[in-house]
Parts: sequence; structure tokens; C-alpha cells
Amino acid sequence: MPHIQLNNEAPGIRSLVIYRPDTGKSLYELAQALLRAGSPDSTLADAERELIAAYVSNQNNTDFCRNSHSAASRYLFGDRADLVDQVLQSPETAPISPKLRALLTIARCVTADARTVTDEVTAIARAEGATDGDIHDTVLIAASFSMYNRYVDGLATLTPEDPAAYAAMGERMGTLGYVLPTPN
Amino acid sequence: MAFSPETARPLNDLVNVLLRTNATHPESTLSEGERELIGTYVSAKNDCFFCQTIHGAVASHHLGDTEWSLVQSVKQDYTQAAISNKLKALLAIAGSVQQGGKQVSTEQIEKARAEGATDRDIHDTVLIAAAFCMFNRYVDGLNTWAPDSPDLYRYRAQKVAEYGYTHEDHYLPPS
Repeated sequence: MPHIQLNNEAPGIRSLVIYRPDTGKSLYELAQALLRAGSPDSTLADAERELIAAYVSNQNNTDFCRNSHSAASRYLFGDRADLVDQVLQSPETAPISPKLRALLTIARCVTADARTVTDEVTAIARAEGATDGDIHDTVLIAASFSMYNRYVDGLATLTPEDPAAYAAMGERMGTLGYVLPTPN
Repeated sequence: MAFSPETARPLNDLVNVLLRTNATHPESTLSEGERELIGTYVSAKNDCFFCQTIHGAVASHHLGDTEWSLVQSVKQDYTQAAISNKLKALLAIAGSVQQGGKQVSTEQIEKARAEGATDRDIHDTVLIAAAFCMFNRYVDGLNTWAPDSPDLYRYRAQKVAEYGYTHEDHYLPPS
């Protein structure tokens, strides 16, 4: 049960932004800007952005965000959907580009303690072809999910257990993006 | 922020609503100064020099803490600081959020309520603490430059208190 009275039955972040659209509006705009648009010189696909979000949420043990963004990433990867679980289970050996692997390392450092993002870690990403926009977006996706995860868990929001619920969410996120929900 | 205006806008909107606009909501009992103190405390726990210094300066500005001694005492040991029991209970929640959202306990929530915190206060405390876990990581993850001079932070704090947060930086003192 959530720690405070939210006056709606929606799960996870949706229950919070329905309760408080004043802060929800910025939170959804940020997600849309980061997980869809991205920096002008960025080479990251939407499916990869969702994967970074799922990866950070997994590291923070926030099931709702991990499951929903994994589902969005699977939807956007299409016939390469299996990559998502391979990355969550074993990022070192999953069949992804060296660039994405280097960016996931940056995301892991940001999530654990941002002071551990060393020049070496960013130099490796650059050597593999990452642009400044890729590095910026990766750091801010990881930082923002360090917020979303704490917000969702800190108020003990509802976390569905049925995988089918997340598949539907993933399709909605993959097609509509981040649109502020209304109470009904 | 200057690198990425598309994300700077929602980030600034978020802090303006959370740290400023909501302080005057009828169901809020948290002042702007207290909200800034929560952000400062979390930034200190994350060891983010820039965020704890600028938000500490803004908190001091609002609270009339000219020597920054109250802010210092909150960062060192808030349980002994000259602040209300309600704010202490909310800082305990903020400290748990900084460690991880699941660390927030039902007992901490009940304690805050018993000291007079509203659901709105609890929500805002959790989101302020979570948001600073983002801002601290954004600032330190890109290894951004931070000025040393306390006077510069004082100057900016006064501008922030007057005009709010914006990514169009006109808050540098005239040289």
C-alpha cells in the first residue's frame, strides 16, 4: 500500500503523476525529451535509451520501472527483443555494440556514485564512437532514473506482478511515448 | 543545462514547482527555506559540492542564516540542529530516499505525520530528495566546473530567491 493517500488505483509512476500533475508534467516532459528526442548529435536509438533506463532501474531494484522500460525496449527492438533480457542478465557478454556496452558502464557508475565516472570511462565510450550527446544523454538518463526509482519506491507505489500488464505498458510507451495520464 | 536546453526546461520547471510554488500551497507546511534545506542535506550526503553550496546559500538566504551556521549544523547532524521536530522527521525520510527508495519505512512516515507533516509534505520531501539524487549525479557525472567563492554563491542565491531557477544564466555578478 502506498505511504500516502493517492486517490487512484494506477500503478507506479502513473499513480504519482495523476495525484500530482504539477510535478508530473515536468517529469513526463523530461522522460519524453530523454527517451525519445535526445540530443541533436546523439546516435542512440529509442530502444537503446529504454534499455539504459531498464538497466539502471534493475541496478536500483525498482521492479516497476525495470519491467515497464524493459517492455518498452523489447517493443522498440522488435525482432531483436531478446537483447533486453540478455543485457539485464549479462551486460558483459550480451551481443550489443562496444559503444552501447561502454555507455552502459557509464550508466552503472552514475547510478552507483557519479564521482566514479572517470575520464577513462568516457574516453572508452568516445573511442567506440559515442558522441558528446550520447554521453550527456546516458548520464542524464541514469541520473533521472536514480530519481524516478526513488520516487516510485520511496512512496511505496503499486507494482503489478502480471507480466502481461507490462507488455501492454511497453506497447503504449513505444507508440505514444510519455503522455501525462488522466484519472480515468 | 546550456548543452541541452530541451532537458533543461523540464528540469528547471520541476525545481521551481517543488522548491518554490508548492511552498505556498494551502496543504503545504514546508517553507521555501525548509525545502532548500532538504535539497542541501541530500546533496551533502551525495557529496556534491556545487549543489550543497548553492542550495545551502539559497536556504540561508530564506532563513536569515547569514553566517551559514544553521545550514552547516543541518549537514553535520540535523538531529541537534535548531529546526522543528517535523523537519527532522522529514529529513530522516529524505536520508532514506538518498540511500534507496525502499529504505523509507512506515515508522518514518508515521513519525512525520505525528509531528504535523501533511501527505503533501511527505510527497514533496520524497520527490525533492529523489530529484537531488538526480541533479547531484548529473552535475558530478559530467564532472562540471564549480566556483569556489562563497560570495558568488551568495550573489546567485539572492537572484534565485528573487527570480527562481532558469537555465538562461544571467546570475553572474557584474565584473
